[in-house]
Amino acid sequence: MSDDETPLNAGTAAPDFTLPSAPDQEVKLSNLAGKPVILAFYPADWSPVCGDQMALYNEILPEFEKYGAQLCGISVDGVWCHRAFSQARHLQFPLLADFEPKGAVARRYGVYRKDDGIAERALFVLDSDGVIRWSHVSPIHINPGADGILSALERLH
Amino acid sequence: MAQLVQPVTEEDHIAGPVNAPLTLVEYGDFECPHCGAAHPVVKEIQQLLGDTLRFVFRQFPLTQIHPHAEHAAEASESAAAQDAFWEMHDIIFENQTALADRDLLRYAAAIDIDAEQVAEDLAAGTWQTRVRRDFASGVRSGVNGTPTFFINGMRYDGLLDARSLLAALRVSGGRASR
Repeated sequence: MSDDETPLNAGTAAPDFTLPSAPDQEVKLSNLAGKPVILAFYPADWSPVCGDQMALYNEILPEFEKYGAQLCGISVDGVWCHRAFSQARHLQFPLLADFEPKGAVARRYGVYRKDDGIAERALFVLDSDGVIRWSHVSPIHINPGADGILSALERLH
Repeated sequence: MAQLVQPVTEEDHIAGPVNAPLTLVEYGDFECPHCGAAHPVVKEIQQLLGDTLRFVFRQFPLTQIHPHAEHAAEASESAAAQDAFWEMHDIIFENQTALADRDLLRYAAAIDIDAEQVAEDLAAGTWQTRVRRDFASGVRSGVNGTPTFFINGMRYDGLLDARSLLAALRVSGGRASR
């Protein structure tokens, strides 16, 4: 496993992974093949603002669905934390727990902040063949919004 | 840097001169406490900048976390059709903790507009499309939570206090006049 700090670029095949999305459920990336996938790495559940990044994406879900895309949020928080956060925000898409070994998936995508022990705020849009078509890392305190994701999904068509 | 994709037009709710040199656009949610906190800040800035500023409010209700936000937005649009958008906007932000339909109608009556018309509009969903249109333009412009401000078309990512916002407006205004 590399600790490469450069996020994977467009044109790279997205590394496959399996992560828990609930105490008794897992998501395997390659099982999502056939539709575009949005991977949204973020630092932590429970950021203290309304309309934080995940809550915002939850509102925009219908727009993503127009492109047939599946959204997955990923942070190093554990499944129980994700569950509480997801319930509090009424999230209607899976949050994946990159918890054990901590940040392993974020590392493979080149978006792990070793010193902080959390994922970057990083977005990857994958086409239906699992190839990264767009990626973006935003400053950790700046929620990137959804315009970049939507433009990337548009370009897939 | 995120940019406003939908320019300000006469369809917008605009406070201040239409051709003012500075434009501040807010995408806001009437039930969002951060928007409530920003409300007096905007008021202060409007006072300080006077006729050099036009302030535009666009709807961005986060309906999954704020159950009353959608109707509050629609009620303000209904008020706008009665030429009272800003009165409704202000009274809603000043009473953010009570935003059930009956409260919204009470505010409509308090600002002297036809509350029955507002009730009819809410029941019929008359202003849903309008609210969705604002929301969609916000998403496309990189709105990343509420409130999100744009200064002369560029997203403002700084602190939401009057001093910071004012400084950013002045920098942007200086750039524009050069």
